[in-house]
Amino acid sequence: MLELCDVCTSCDATQALWDVCLQVHESEIVALIGSNGAGKTALLDAISGVTPPESGTIEFLGKRIDGLPPHTIVELGLSHVPEGGKVFPDMTVHENLEMGAYSLRAWNKKEETFVQVYKIFPILEERTGQLARTLSGGERQMLAIGRGLMSRPKLCMLDEPSYGLAPLMVEEIFRVIQELRAQGITILLIEQNVRYSLETADRAYVMENGRICMEGASNDLLESDFVRQAFLGL
Amino acid sequence: MNWSKLELRKARTPGVLLIFLILLATLTLYASPYTVIFVTSIFMYIILTVSWVIFSGPTGYISFAPAAFFGVGIYTSAILGTELPLPIVILTGGVISFILALFVGALTLRLKGVYFTIFTLGLVELSKHLLLWYEIKFTGTRGRFVVLVDNTTIYYILFIILVLLLLTSYLIRRSKYGLALRSIGESEEASAHTGVNVNLLKTFTFALSAVFMGATGAIMATRWTYVDPYIAFNLQYSFMPVLMSIFGGMGQLYGPVLGAVIFTMLEEKLITEFPYYYMLTIGLILLIVIIYLPDGLVGLIQKWQNRSPEKQHVTP
Amino acid sequence: MSLLEGIGVTKYFGGLAAVSQVDFKIPKGKVVGLIGPNGAGKTTLFNLVSGVLIPKSGTINFKTENITGMQSYRICRKGVARTFQSVNVFGNMPVVENVLLGAIFGNSNPSSEKEAAEEAMNLLEFVGLSEMRSVPTQSLTLGDKKRLEVARALATKPELLLLDELMAGLNHTELTETMELVNKIRDRGITIFMIEHVMRVIMSICDRIIVLHHGEKIAEGTPKSIAANKTVIKAYLGE
Repeated sequence: MLELCDVCTSCDATQALWDVCLQVHESEIVALIGSNGAGKTALLDAISGVTPPESGTIEFLGKRIDGLPPHTIVELGLSHVPEGGKVFPDMTVHENLEMGAYSLRAWNKKEETFVQVYKIFPILEERTGQLARTLSGGERQMLAIGRGLMSRPKLCMLDEPSYGLAPLMVEEIFRVIQELRAQGITILLIEQNVRYSLETADRAYVMENGRICMEGASNDLLESDFVRQAFLGL
Repeated sequence: MNWSKLELRKARTPGVLLIFLILLATLTLYASPYTVIFVTSIFMYIILTVSWVIFSGPTGYISFAPAAFFGVGIYTSAILGTELPLPIVILTGGVISFILALFVGALTLRLKGVYFTIFTLGLVELSKHLLLWYEIKFTGTRGRFVVLVDNTTIYYILFIILVLLLLTSYLIRRSKYGLALRSIGESEEASAHTGVNVNLLKTFTFALSAVFMGATGAIMATRWTYVDPYIAFNLQYSFMPVLMSIFGGMGQLYGPVLGAVIFTMLEEKLITEFPYYYMLTIGLILLIVIIYLPDGLVGLIQKWQNRSPEKQHVTP
Repeated sequence: MSLLEGIGVTKYFGGLAAVSQVDFKIPKGKVVGLIGPNGAGKTTLFNLVSGVLIPKSGTINFKTENITGMQSYRICRKGVARTFQSVNVFGNMPVVENVLLGAIFGNSNPSSEKEAAEEAMNLLEFVGLSEMRSVPTQSLTLGDKKRLEVARALATKPELLLLDELMAGLNHTELTETMELVNKIRDRGITIFMIEHVMRVIMSICDRIIVLHHGEKIAEGTPKSIAANKTVIKAYLGE
């Protein structure tokens, strides 16, 4: 569904990604793990068009998307929920979600999507008329994810979805991720919570210093010495 | 960081600066009257620009108030010029501007950026119309005559104000207050939590910048000899410092100075060559600067100084 | 002795009670955790303590002095420092100047600028950022920015340190390092009040835990008792 080949990008004269190759197949959940600064966010930015790659190719559903503007990529069905729970602070919860459905293919179905998103995050329904600025950190995170879902994506990329969420919510998010897959959405996931992400994902890539240094089925990675030592402290 | 190159330049700078200062100090002895008047204008714009940058540069609060404080200084001269000796008048112009700025600052610096900016714009207009009303109602005339002062004296007074201002600006930048002002510009909340008395510092710095504007207004009035509220409170004296700062760049002390000098000379040249289109040309130049040189001339010079931009590779 | 004490602290946002009649006592020298579901009012409580917000009713005392509604910079100089949930460092300055600012302005007995510079360097070493001292702050990774924020807070010589989700977004290695840092801070005699979601951290570091839910305190006690508390499990911990 998504294929990257030898992608290199730079940020402010510093090279961020080096010859990255990655694949995500339909209905998969793929995790991307690695320490802070390893380039995981840079990779998502390259895919979603925020930082077009300097070399290499990115294909989505067989079509080249490297170099396309972000809004076109969203229109094709690839959505990106950036880290940090960024929301439109002076819009209400409802308006934030509505903005997520901005693309043409999502707009006509937005009432339906609203129902689905509110089912996943009931607290957003509770706060639907509140200004996003008044939400707590974790609630904003949920709103950001909800907004990403409003675009009815075929592939959804989540950057640290569990950041700042209470333990109960963290469990919930990972349950939601699995449910999304059941509904036919493919997921590419960046997470610091390595245990949860490897337990949820089918496959995973490990990144370090802008390169992919390991890949494989997540069960295999959970067993590998490298992952256990570096990320699980075992 | 390539310090050795920069350090060499810095070592040469005081010497160059001193020579330059001496040349300026003795200008009236060897230059034509036209030049003296022209340089006086340049001094005025440098003062307005540099004093504007003292506050608005680090904090990011864009103020359009210079014209108000400048105008206050002008009117101080107009009203008191015949009663008091010149130095006192100039000082009074500065002090009254200081008090006005303290008052305005205390009230409005709590407003979010945009609201503060619009309020300062309004302040200029308010001052103009208030004074106009007062003059017509109580004095009977619209304008006033100001005492005449010879060009040489005007030149030297502005020169002194300029030197004092540059010294003040330099000291602030290098001091802990300069650091605190920059932190306010980045995040007032974090700054307050680090122990900085944000409100006091903002208000005081705003008022300090007004002193120089007021003093300059007081002396410049004597050149124009006739003033009325429209001449005194002219938004041009608010917009120009902002434009010159953008043009010159605010990152370093010399930025606004350079911006003011070049801009004034450019304007002078353009007025004489294209009397009808010079504003258009200035607008175009500004457009180009904003698009391609967001850090102004300072940014350009710094890029030229760090002439070895290899791509930094993340070390594996 | 309670270093920090809150009595009946209440704050409304419009009609919504963000914090409602919360009493709390932070004993000197201890590490107290503040947990609760998202939206429970934890950061709001911190904002009330550090002077960002003024409570509608209730009192907050620091070392028996009433600091309710005092301006943030004064509370800071009295000895209360904090970090922010959305890491709030000064991006356009070099790393060391962030800490320098704290060392210069954060104390009621200000040190000379030379001493402040030394203190800043010492603190950078304490948090492990000495090598980054001249780097522009915005280029730091999240983990390093958080440590910088801690260093800046420590530069104000606090007796009480409020940490707002210091551990969020850190991977396993960084978590271990940061927990060590918190222990080192505690060993220096600084009292710590911390908001956290990472249970591993809360359970192992904290002496006491306070639990908020919908703005109210629903439980308080030792980590063990909180972990076994049915209300807390239902509202927050899950399994």
